[in-house]
Amino acid sequence: MSVIISGLLLGGTYALIAVGLTMQYGVSRIMNLANGENLVFACFVAFWLFTTFAINPILGIVLIVPLAFVLNWLIYTYAMRPLVDRAKNRGQLEVDSILATFGLLFILQGIMKLTFGGGYFNYNFLAVPVTIMGSNYGLNRIVAFIAAAVIAGALYLFLNHTRYGTAIRAVAVDPVSAGLVAIDVPRASAFAFALGGALTAASGALLSTFYTFNADMGIIFTMKALIIVIMGGVGDVRGAVLAALLLGLAETAVATFIDPGLTIAATYALFMLVLLFRPQGIFGKRPS
Amino acid sequence: MKRRTMIKTVAAATLAGVLMAGGAYAQEVIKLGASAPKSGPLAGGAEVSHWPAIKLWLHDVNARGGIDVGGKKMPVEVIEYDDRTSGEEAIKNIQRLATVDKVDFLVAPYATGLNLATAPLIAKYGYPQLAATAVTDGVDEFAKRWPNSFWLLGTSASFAESVADVLVKLRDKGAIGDKVAVVNVADAFGIELMNAGKPAMEAAGFEIVYETSYPLGQQDFAPIISAAQAAEPDAFVAFSYPGDTFGLSAQAKIANLDVGAFYVGVATAFPAYLGANGAAAEGVLGAGAVNPDAPGMAEWRARHKDVTGVDADYWASAMTYSSLQILEQAINKVGSLDKAAVTEAIKGGTFDTVLGEMTLDGNVNRKFWTVGQWQGGKFYGVASTGIGGEAEPVAKNGWE
Repeated sequence: MSVIISGLLLGGTYALIAVGLTMQYGVSRIMNLANGENLVFACFVAFWLFTTFAINPILGIVLIVPLAFVLNWLIYTYAMRPLVDRAKNRGQLEVDSILATFGLLFILQGIMKLTFGGGYFNYNFLAVPVTIMGSNYGLNRIVAFIAAAVIAGALYLFLNHTRYGTAIRAVAVDPVSAGLVAIDVPRASAFAFALGGALTAASGALLSTFYTFNADMGIIFTMKALIIVIMGGVGDVRGAVLAALLLGLAETAVATFIDPGLTIAATYALFMLVLLFRPQGIFGKRPS
Repeated sequence: MKRRTMIKTVAAATLAGVLMAGGAYAQEVIKLGASAPKSGPLAGGAEVSHWPAIKLWLHDVNARGGIDVGGKKMPVEVIEYDDRTSGEEAIKNIQRLATVDKVDFLVAPYATGLNLATAPLIAKYGYPQLAATAVTDGVDEFAKRWPNSFWLLGTSASFAESVADVLVKLRDKGAIGDKVAVVNVADAFGIELMNAGKPAMEAAGFEIVYETSYPLGQQDFAPIISAAQAAEPDAFVAFSYPGDTFGLSAQAKIANLDVGAFYVGVATAFPAYLGANGAAAEGVLGAGAVNPDAPGMAEWRARHKDVTGVDADYWASAMTYSSLQILEQAINKVGSLDKAAVTEAIKGGTFDTVLGEMTLDGNVNRKFWTVGQWQGGKFYGVASTGIGGEAEPVAKNGWE
């Protein structure tokens, strides 16, 4: 039982890491390699707010999310839009955006190093045990899990039950046809990119309550997010959440019953299975 | 044509000769090269134990007007390079420091792996290498292979065996029983300590009730702690690296792991450990230590905070500083910047460091701290290889 709960909690964390990238890659078609840096950046901001102004990280999210939204909007408008405009096809945009965000990764990393240095950071927030069925779990992880559920739920409702959400899904499916039905594709793409960035930042703020982070850790999160996004099916929130939960459960089960050294192997084994048998992702549609 | 070429050559040679001679006469400062992580996985550790110690020493030595070289005070400047925690990058840096920057001496790189990666090249250029942040069992072998290398921080075997000794002490006091859970990070330091520590604990009559390893970079420790908890150990020992040290401690606190002894590896001695764990840090055992009450140590720590803006750790910070003090005193004794002579002087000498008197027997410091414990907000050495002044280890008493 404790394996399942721990696994779900871990999966919730992974879902948080991945939903932002799902939006950015699925809708805006930007394979954002700086996703992890964006997340760690939010960790630092949450840390700074908490240690300097004693602002509780959950409240901090209220500040961090709009900030990240604006920042990512600007990044999209000034750094990514030119790539989108000049790309002849999706493949070219992917290559270009990977290169561009690879550069962005180093810029963000550099800023963090300049401001905070390369050291390890963490702080104590809600690190109190909560007993569920005889085992203890960290309250901060449970809060993160609940937040992940709320964020994923809200995102799902927004995408499937609002007019603008439908427009965004249309862009995700086919940007050219979306334009034909009077959807402002550039604006929807920018919005999705900014929203994805804001979600990533929110998860960063939540993660910072129980992760030990430093300026170099972004790549770890980017890798995890990439695997989850591809497993779940590009641009599919349900798929990403399910993939994240599966990954969390698999890692915890392997760590408990086999060996903690094999968690990474389990991750990649699962990833390979999905790629072999459902290359379009769990919920992804076969390209027609 | 021929003659013109010759004139050119002669002119160039003369010019070069003048420049070189001029350079030698004009040398007013001692150039020190430093290559260590400012990014990559080990940057977190280097930012605590390595770079600030160099900064403080530089400040101190230049405040005195520099190093006394044969009666002339020469200020020191440091050229710093980031090795991105990569051996290849570190080698390139050393190469550059030796051939382009032409530094007079080097600060040894940070951590075991990077020191070993660069040792052959440093030996080739003949710089003394005072490895202050390397813990390895190969010290004697390496000292023999690279006679210019010096190994200050100790051996994995002593670190691991000391853990067993401390556990025996706690068992004698009735704080713990015989059951121990042991985990390690699957990386050089963790594996070496596990290989030495497990037999040592078994030889001391402890029963290993849970044992596992986990990969470097692991963030989720709930499965490990709950599996260990299920085995109902009296003591928990983790040969861990900084990230995992924090992760395991946080999880143990949440799970309220009920043990009489809790040991975690590197970074337990970092001030950030106390910061992150607060009162829960009390009684936690960890790798390495200093004696914070030793003469001069409190004053040195205060100066460290003053000058660098960050607190020194309770382990390798002081050793890095000491390695530079040794270098300074050796240069002093020789009275020149001759690398070979300075290396010889380090071999034979006894040095006065912030960690007390230090002698390098066969290029190796034989007296070092191995295990420390947080007691009342300070990290006290509870075991060493003969330094003296060890504090008594106490039982871990809950996580509040």
